[in-house]
Amino acid sequence: MGNATRPKLAVWKFASCDGCQLSLLDCEDELLQLADKMDIAYFMEASSQPVEGPYDLSLVEGSITTAEDERRIREVRAQSRALVTIGACATAGGIQALRNFADVEEFTSIVYAHPETIATLKTSTPISAHVPVDFELQGCPINKRQLLEVISAFLYRRPPQVPPHSVCIECKIRGNVCVWVAHGTPCMGPVTHAGCGALCPTYNRGCYACYGPKENPNTESLCHWWKTELGADKATVVENLRNFNAAAPAFETASRREEQDNGEK
Amino acid sequence: MAKSKTIKVDYLARVEGEGALYIRYDDGGVHDVKLKIFEPPRFFEGFMRGRDYLEAPDITARICGICPVAYQMSALHAMEDALGLVPTPELSALRRLIYCGEWIESHTLHIYMLHAPDFLGYPSAVAMAKDHPKIVQVGLQIKKAGNAIVKLLGGREIHPINVRVGGFYRVPAASELKPLREQLLQARDMAAETVRWAASLPFPKFERSAEDQYEFVALSHSQEYPMNKGRIASTRGLDIPVSEYDSHFREEHVEYTNALHSVLVERGAYFVGPMARYNLNYDRLSPLVRQTAEDIGFPPFCANPFQSIVVRSLEVLYAFDEALRIIDGYQQPQEPYLNTEPRASTGCAATEAPRGLLYHRYSIDERGKITDAKIVPPTSQNQKTIEDDLRHMLPKFLHLPEDKLQAQCEQAIRNYDPCISCSTHFLQLHLERSGRVGQ
Ligand code: SF4
Ligand code: SF4
Repeated sequence: MGNATRPKLAVWKFASCDGCQLSLLDCEDELLQLADKMDIAYFMEASSQPVEGPYDLSLVEGSITTAEDERRIREVRAQSRALVTIGACATAGGIQALRNFADVEEFTSIVYAHPETIATLKTSTPISAHVPVDFELQGCPINKRQLLEVISAFLYRRPPQVPPHSVCIECKIRGNVCVWVAHGTPCMGPVTHAGCGALCPTYNRGCYACYGPKENPNTESLCHWWKTELGADKATVVENLRNFNAAAPAFETASRREEQDNGEK
Repeated sequence: MAKSKTIKVDYLARVEGEGALYIRYDDGGVHDVKLKIFEPPRFFEGFMRGRDYLEAPDITARICGICPVAYQMSALHAMEDALGLVPTPELSALRRLIYCGEWIESHTLHIYMLHAPDFLGYPSAVAMAKDHPKIVQVGLQIKKAGNAIVKLLGGREIHPINVRVGGFYRVPAASELKPLREQLLQARDMAAETVRWAASLPFPKFERSAEDQYEFVALSHSQEYPMNKGRIASTRGLDIPVSEYDSHFREEHVEYTNALHSVLVERGAYFVGPMARYNLNYDRLSPLVRQTAEDIGFPPFCANPFQSIVVRSLEVLYAFDEALRIIDGYQQPQEPYLNTEPRASTGCAATEAPRGLLYHRYSIDERGKITDAKIVPPTSQNQKTIEDDLRHMLPKFLHLPEDKLQAQCEQAIRNYDPCISCSTHFLQLHLERSGRVGQ
């Protein structure tokens, strides 16, 4: 099935919900075109006939939570010319990284009758903690427009155009009324990476940061304003930094700082 | 004694998530069937403790990217049960509409991309598209229409942001729903075509013997084809309110797979999903769907799991019909959501995910922080039945060459559209998985 002239694409899954790789199948108008340009060589969710590596482009979904997966990601890297991580799990450990802030044995015993049979790492870590990554596409889930951009950038050997600014900028571009300024709704938009098109404010709710931190976010200032202007307590601020991108360095540092901060509210 | 043989599939393809299959058999019979799930654990029930009740729909959506709406619906209804909130008919209609969208996109994904290649002998839909471009195009267009519904009501197709305990963050004006109509009407015609096409596929003959019939379990409601509400009913007479789920169903931690197996306390394995819904609620389908089933000679009760693809396509047709009915009768709710203050309480709900019954139960404290969560996804409820099917089926297919036999087993698992990444309970196993990478 392989075709020597077309680059080989592989899609890999680690701990995740499958949502980001589904984004590829959700490209209803572009999928078959894409399959013309690339050889979809390894994609277990979509094909039962995997083609052997090496691969020109590997898209990696999911975080590393087991010793076996720690090993497997190194193998994937070794077989991939370019490796792009897709989604919050692969770029920031995902929602399952909440274990990094807690006692994983306690979690296990809540869910399983025989927790001693369970092999899992105490942490959930992004792919970049284990192997070099060529590009990280943020979002829980990723945006398929951006996914196609990254794939075509790879095909035409140019840098992907994925703006690193905040959701606030997208909010302005969209002409939204600011839910924070107008309604006093807590919003993570100022520190959150663009990509969704400011979806939540468009639907009258505050952003909960599912795209993870923007480039150089001023989390200190955001936490300050959440507390002084919106009356949020510390626990709420910490909870909002710790969700789908809890282990992204900027959010992790900020949430630990907030937790330790015993000063004024 | 005959030499024993094994079937081993190290990594099941075209299912969501990570699973493996191990079967040991010989001429004397099937000795061991294990559906092993090695999807790593993600501990949702653990880390939801301490989180705010309003976050439950956003967090549980992340259990599954293929059916996030199902998780959101069960979570919402369980929280509303705890707080004594009863959504207005207008809000319920909108929830039904977004659920229709998810049924359409999820079922269509399964029908065309995951299951049909089995019947037509291709490894993937992309490969199938080379010989059958029109079929795959139709599938993609139907799926796109389902996604359009979810996107409009939920903000986006995967992990929608717009559903809220008590209602929605924002409800659409009637004028916003109208443009969908044309797209849905066209897609409904394609869905009707799909039913006829699905019915023409070559089905392996497989039915359980009379004494070994499935127990089908689904919600059942006097007026509606079940989605968000109803009692839990079965083909062996179970008929209970959802609040009694915990006393009739139990989860077992089974050594080799450790995705918890769910059983009916009284009787063991049971079967949830489209076939269960269809068999228990045929009368509640719309006239168009029943007529279509009659036209193709498809009976109101189906017990061959290989034909689940036909049932799924009938449900897709129903979901279009229902979505159009809701849009045509749409009254914009007065308020986007019903407001309430949290209080210490416990609530539960079950809804019909595309793959079947999905049960959630939560306790919250007086500040609205979650103190306990229990989530039972459809796949863990079907696991035992899937294994039983393999056990029953194998002796009938032993004449097949080994590769065909293995393909038949994989297809039998895909009959259930198992969603292995619904990983609340799933954990790592030590498996032989040599050569899995790039194999
Ligand atoms: S609503 Fe949120 S994202 Fe939009 S401008 Fe205001 S703070 Fe920024
Ligand atoms: S949470 Fe923020 S980043 Fe995520 S969809 Fe909403 S606005 Fe966008």
